[in-house]
Amino acid sequence: MRPISRDEIKSFFFGNRTSYGLIFTVALYLLLVAIGFVYLYPLLFMFVTSLKSPNDLLNPMVQWVPTEFYLGNYAKAFRVLEYPATLLASITISLVPSLIQAAVCSVIGYGLARYNFWGKRLLFALILATFIIPAQNTVIPQMLTYKSLGLLGNVAALILPALFGQGFKSAIFILIFYQTFLSLPKVLEEAARLDGASDLEIFVRLGLPAAAPAFIISIIFSTVWYWNETYLTVIFLEGGTESLPMKLSKFVQAYENLYPPGVVNIFDRLNEAVKLSGTFLNILPLLVMYFVLQRWFVESVERSGITGE
Amino acid sequence: MTTRSMSGRGELRPSTREALYGYGFVLIWIVGFAIFTVLPLAQTFFYSLNTVTVSATDISYDWVDWANYSRALFTDPTFVELLIGYVIETLVSVPIVLIFSLLIALFLNLDFRFKGLFRTIFFLPVVITSGPVIQELTAQGATSAPGIAQSAAVADFLLELPRYLRNPIEYLLTSFILILWFSGVQILIYLSSLQKVDKSIYEAAAIDGASAWESFWKITLPSLSTTTVIVAIYTVITLSHFSENKVIKYIFGQTYAVQGGIGYASAMSFLYFLVLLLLLGVVFLLLSARTSDRAR
Repeated sequence: MRPISRDEIKSFFFGNRTSYGLIFTVALYLLLVAIGFVYLYPLLFMFVTSLKSPNDLLNPMVQWVPTEFYLGNYAKAFRVLEYPATLLASITISLVPSLIQAAVCSVIGYGLARYNFWGKRLLFALILATFIIPAQNTVIPQMLTYKSLGLLGNVAALILPALFGQGFKSAIFILIFYQTFLSLPKVLEEAARLDGASDLEIFVRLGLPAAAPAFIISIIFSTVWYWNETYLTVIFLEGGTESLPMKLSKFVQAYENLYPPGVVNIFDRLNEAVKLSGTFLNILPLLVMYFVLQRWFVESVERSGITGE
Repeated sequence: MTTRSMSGRGELRPSTREALYGYGFVLIWIVGFAIFTVLPLAQTFFYSLNTVTVSATDISYDWVDWANYSRALFTDPTFVELLIGYVIETLVSVPIVLIFSLLIALFLNLDFRFKGLFRTIFFLPVVITSGPVIQELTAQGATSAPGIAQSAAVADFLLELPRYLRNPIEYLLTSFILILWFSGVQILIYLSSLQKVDKSIYEAAAIDGASAWESFWKITLPSLSTTTVIVAIYTVITLSHFSENKVIKYIFGQTYAVQGGIGYASAMSFLYFLVLLLLLGVVFLLLSARTSDRAR
């Protein structure tokens, strides 16, 4: 057997040009696992607590492992949230504006990326401004207008701004499409122009297919952000459609309507396990979506130039 | 001149033609900007100078000049206190988010197994963070730094501190995970910039005898300065727009309150906007000053 040299031992522990070495690798994983745990702690806490039966909640010995697999909290939260109907509403009010937002932002991004015109820098500054201006500086007059038009509580109140490129966080999506179309080779466009294609045809035939990844990212992100947005939805959908987060913020009230505190027995009173079941039901569709589409969430953001350089 | 003479009558110059098509594509945004941003912004400003009364049939305005603003700044003790709290919390959170997201991005830029898993974990909060969810988690104590915030020693220590120090530290302890949760997009922004740094620079530095530590401070960090400004501004805006932000909740509550009303809420919205702009300015100046220092 060949004797092991000092250098080999050294590089095994401390690494060399091609590998990180044992000490560094172990330290890296330890750190990442520790930070990952802290990061996921609220979710773990929520999930474990939501499975606790009323007895487990009162028992100080039960911290992380419930004594039984108890789904009663979920059954209650499911009823309180009117889950199927609310889920459908949530999907509608996040998906429909997102699709429209992506379509409109692609047109705007194309115009900014492929044409030179006076005032383009100003336009970029204004687009950035829409990202900075807080919602409460613009929502009240809009709300009053929708009210007078009878649109309050209707999804149209969210669709209309998206239709004009003013949807929720539209600046980001315009920039994503701008970056995408900027990288489209000018040669292709010129060739198509020589073949007699009009500007619109070039946009539809050349631009749109090249922007497929940008469309997917935009629709996914926009859906998630619309889903989680409560400030706009609470104001614009007042008295009409209710999304899951909106229902969750009124959870206590809705629960007490279904299970009046003075009437039901002590085990059916509202406790943190039921509330956290409701919270978990709230994010469950997003979690499913995330794990199915995670490749698109993470990798494409790295490539799509959300950085805006 | 030649282009004009070359193109026939009724034909547009190519640059004019291009500009017209360009405007055609962005026209919808310009119209939307006027209808959904400029007009409501102007209307909100008008409201802020009035007492607005909404009845079932119509809206009446009673001109009060700057009274709503002076009320928010000098009479209403809650608003100013919340505003100061917001500024402090933002100034505490931004450095944490910056350092944390840079650190995680540096880790994720290395090559190791299960990298994808960790990337998935660190991006997860972006997908699930909504106001009511955060509110529930905070209410149940799930967002505080595990085990630290509850301990009696920490509570005793906090009582010893003066108020201006205690509030930020208390906020830090109770919302620590929450602050980290706001780092998801920032991690990705850093990661994408790290991947753009030319690998050959590191190799050249290593040949010249630079350690990894030196390479980080002399190569990596300077090349991330623009990204850092972007990340910081993104963080300030996200924190300021979050619907659980106490100032936003207060303004929202006042909109429908009897003593408050739309006029008063609008005035506060503009003051809040002004503070947000100042904060952005401060963050921008601080970071770009450091950048130009390093460039010298």
